[in-house]
Amino acid sequence: MTFVDWVAEPVNWAFLLIGVGMLGAAFRVVTSQNIVHAALYLVAALGGAAAMFVLLSAEFVALVVVLVYIGAVIVLFLFGVMITRAPTGLDVALDNDRKIPAALVALVLFGVMSFTSLTAFQATPVAEVGTPTSTATLAEGFIGRFVVPFEVVGFILLAALVGGVTLARRDLTPLEEEQRRSV
Amino acid sequence: MIVNQFLILAAALFALGVYGLLVRRNAVMVLLSIELMLAAVNINLVVFEAMWRTSEAVGQVFAIFVITVAAAEVGIGLAIILMIFRNRQSANVDELDLMRW
Repeated sequence: MTFVDWVAEPVNWAFLLIGVGMLGAAFRVVTSQNIVHAALYLVAALGGAAAMFVLLSAEFVALVVVLVYIGAVIVLFLFGVMITRAPTGLDVALDNDRKIPAALVALVLFGVMSFTSLTAFQATPVAEVGTPTSTATLAEGFIGRFVVPFEVVGFILLAALVGGVTLARRDLTPLEEEQRRSV
Repeated sequence: MIVNQFLILAAALFALGVYGLLVRRNAVMVLLSIELMLAAVNINLVVFEAMWRTSEAVGQVFAIFVITVAAAEVGIGLAIILMIFRNRQSANVDELDLMRW
């Protein structure tokens, strides 16, 4: 498959548009000097991921990403940012001084991964795009073959809930405890 | 659409996440970078599902598992960061060198 054939497919224009926007947003997430901006750029990057899932006819996963990540996780991040850093404006020292080695590591990693996938799946097409995976199929997977992992994930969520409450709660000092008892 | 275009996009996203993980000082920003890497993993899972079309949509099922575990991870991670910030008045990972050899 030549590049001309590839570009001739209109769906690949959508891919290019979303992909470039997504990578730009991801780049800003890791380089932006303003934490709040970085968290908001993550919304764009994850929205791009959701759009990719729609392109791959995985609508349910796309909606889960929008609900869980864009709806809940980003809000959590913004809370975390606002609690751990009172002045949310520009900060000079958001990065450490090892940018060049880190960029080298990332580039080598990207090179190895893309080389491997290029040699392994040269022009393998994505099978029959456009037939969405029905939610019923996913549900059968969840309560059929993957019922044990499903329950384990539910337990992990419960443990995270309890653990989050326990960690974030402020313990009373002995003096405060004494005062509370005397009331 | 070919499989490789998605795989390379995911590889680029993952590499950006690794860069952020290594470069950022603030622990919340490190968690943001981890989210980028998890999104790359999810794209890989979904594209392999679209390639092989298993009868139970295994790739999508596991993508949803990854999303769930990532949500739990963010909650606990932020609680830990909050705890550290409360005790040390800083959430910078390079200042938490108490156990560094």
